[in-house]
Amino acid sequence: MAADIVLRGGAVVDATGGRRADVLVHDGVVTAVDGDLEAPASALVLDAGGCVVAPGLVDLHAHLRQPGREEAETVESGSRAAALGGYTALVAMPNTDPPIDSAAVVREVLELGAGACCDVRVAGAITKGRRGEELAPMGEMAALGVRIFTDDGNGVQDARLMRRAFEYSSALGVLLAQHCEDDELAEGGHMHEGEWSSRLGIPGIPVEAEAMMVARDVALAELTGAPVHFLHLSTAMAIAMVRAAKAADLPVTAEATPHHFTLTDEAVASYDPLFKVNPPLRPRADIDAVKAALADGTIDAIATDHAPHPQEAKELPFDQAPPGMLGLETALALAIDELDLPLERVLALLSWQPAHIAGLAGQHGGPIAEGAAANLCVIDADARWVVEPERLASRSRNTPYAGRKLTGKVRHTVLRGEPVVVDGEAQR
Amino acid sequence: MRHLLSVADLGPDGIEEVLRLTDNFVEVSARAIPRVPALRGKTVVSLFYEDSTRTRLSFETAAKRLNADTMNFSVSSSSVNKGESVRDTVTTIAAMGVDAIVVRHSSAGVPWQVARWTDAAVLNAGDGWHEHPTQALLDCYTIRERRGSLAGLRVAIVGDVKHSRVARSNVLAFSLLGADVTLVAPPTLLPPSLAGWPVAVSHDLDDVLPKADVVYLLRMQRERQTEALLPSLREYTALYGLTRDRAKLLGDDTIVMHPGPMNRGVEIAAEVADLPGAVITRQVANGVAVRMAVLFLILGSGGDLGG
Repeated sequence: MAADIVLRGGAVVDATGGRRADVLVHDGVVTAVDGDLEAPASALVLDAGGCVVAPGLVDLHAHLRQPGREEAETVESGSRAAALGGYTALVAMPNTDPPIDSAAVVREVLELGAGACCDVRVAGAITKGRRGEELAPMGEMAALGVRIFTDDGNGVQDARLMRRAFEYSSALGVLLAQHCEDDELAEGGHMHEGEWSSRLGIPGIPVEAEAMMVARDVALAELTGAPVHFLHLSTAMAIAMVRAAKAADLPVTAEATPHHFTLTDEAVASYDPLFKVNPPLRPRADIDAVKAALADGTIDAIATDHAPHPQEAKELPFDQAPPGMLGLETALALAIDELDLPLERVLALLSWQPAHIAGLAGQHGGPIAEGAAANLCVIDADARWVVEPERLASRSRNTPYAGRKLTGKVRHTVLRGEPVVVDGEAQR
Repeated sequence: MRHLLSVADLGPDGIEEVLRLTDNFVEVSARAIPRVPALRGKTVVSLFYEDSTRTRLSFETAAKRLNADTMNFSVSSSSVNKGESVRDTVTTIAAMGVDAIVVRHSSAGVPWQVARWTDAAVLNAGDGWHEHPTQALLDCYTIRERRGSLAGLRVAIVGDVKHSRVARSNVLAFSLLGADVTLVAPPTLLPPSLAGWPVAVSHDLDDVLPKADVVYLLRMQRERQTEALLPSLREYTALYGLTRDRAKLLGDDTIVMHPGPMNRGVEIAAEVADLPGAVITRQVANGVAVRMAVLFLILGSGGDLGG
């Protein structure tokens, strides 16, 4: 049994508000939250002075690359990066090799995650092989605890198949999540279509490629009554559709990534594939729309779309390089820095709201109270640091934020009562 | 100037400097022995990932006339076919001690990447749809040769602007030198956004031709009709080709230009390409002198232009 832990001297912030309190953890559970706790002599005391003690963050969207692309990331290395970023749970995307489209692969990834620094959950594929042709065995995967299904990396193009997927999934109590991209309209594109793509001579992806699939799936959610979650929304046009759907009380949720509220398509002028991502970086007006949607509740969660790639892949010509960037270790600080929101709202977007969407409420996302699961992070919201790619825990180095000065750093992370990050150092 | 990646690197003064220097090298090229020792001891490598006979030959001829050593690294005969990355190839070439790398690649931006990986000077010989700065410089020189200056000239660039590195570099260069540029193309062959482009747009070639001082025709690639950008090449020629009939609309002094290779009968009628106003072979001839000027500016030590 693990030693007791006391988080000493911090301010507890969760969905119920903020208060100055120490937190006592015993046997994986929060056993006391109070002003000045008397700690057992044997307890590990973690200094939370000047810090916020929050429910651990929950990432709805991480690519851990295992099985199949272990040179880029493993469940172990990706989970370590997550814990260092304050996450206690993440959802691993199914575009692995082989894809997570069967109970066997779900089991494999869950086993790999068993001893990891983070609670590793799995998203299953909607269709076999993520090919968009036949339904994957969602029932078998749901029986293993899979709560989110997506063909992420691809959108399901066939409207009839997507309708059937919504209908079938509604009996399983699971959530379908869509990578919104009309393949025909996006065909051949490598960045946002607009002023910069025109100038740089790079084929573009128009915003309509995202918006058209959002429009279709809002219609299908209404038709079938099944809930839909929109992954990594990046455009004002799609966000307006989600806002209207929510106003009509349709069962719609959405996420956005830190890079879509911090970087514009102008960054591609360097021709550095570190800035290639899908959906692509957008112009300022879309960034402002993402920020406004995070502030007004149209977008429910910040998700990283953490997408590791080895150096050689990111040194290919721009139009040959794979899309994707790291995110787990920088998301919290970028949200603190770039969103003009109080910390409690930032944490709602990073912790309890995504926990709810992932079906993890009760285990992750707080509130921090006696009897709650001890999945916690301690954040020094004023700590200043510089992103150094070679110091990241990911196996890959493809962060677009090298050299960027950020404010807000994770000091400790506690997973099921175990200290997995102490003073910014991973313990596993 | 360390590299020549984009026309924008030069600015109007830089372009003028290249054009002034080119005058000297045109004179050198006319000599019985068209050589000067300006770059003796320097090594220039051409690294071409895309077929290009004329641009590669033009650069190599320019380097040789400056007495530089030249190496030619072409994809078909190299380790690239064995899966070597651009970066490893560049590192290998740089390790041989080269002074300049002339890069052509079918992907936009590769010369920028190469410039990050080597201390050698990098010259962009065409990157995807993006830029082809020495083509723009030789086009400016050719126009200046005929008309003295580009200031106030009305230039029509006709054809597939969307996929054209020649168009992107020329729009920059022509407008930096004071010309008024009009793009003439069907909407499907224009870039999706022209925000920030100092150009006018027309879809009516017959309206533009009588007013143009320079008509610059772009090469039309046959695959555009399979991408639903055009109904047919025949319709393209009917609407946007410089046909024999349409050539009658040209002014007496109007210059007709084309970067080559031409599709005679598609964007330009065979006879039109041979009219007195057509300066297409002059462009090729000037290409060598312009590239000598660029290599000299980047690699030369200043005072050793033996002339």
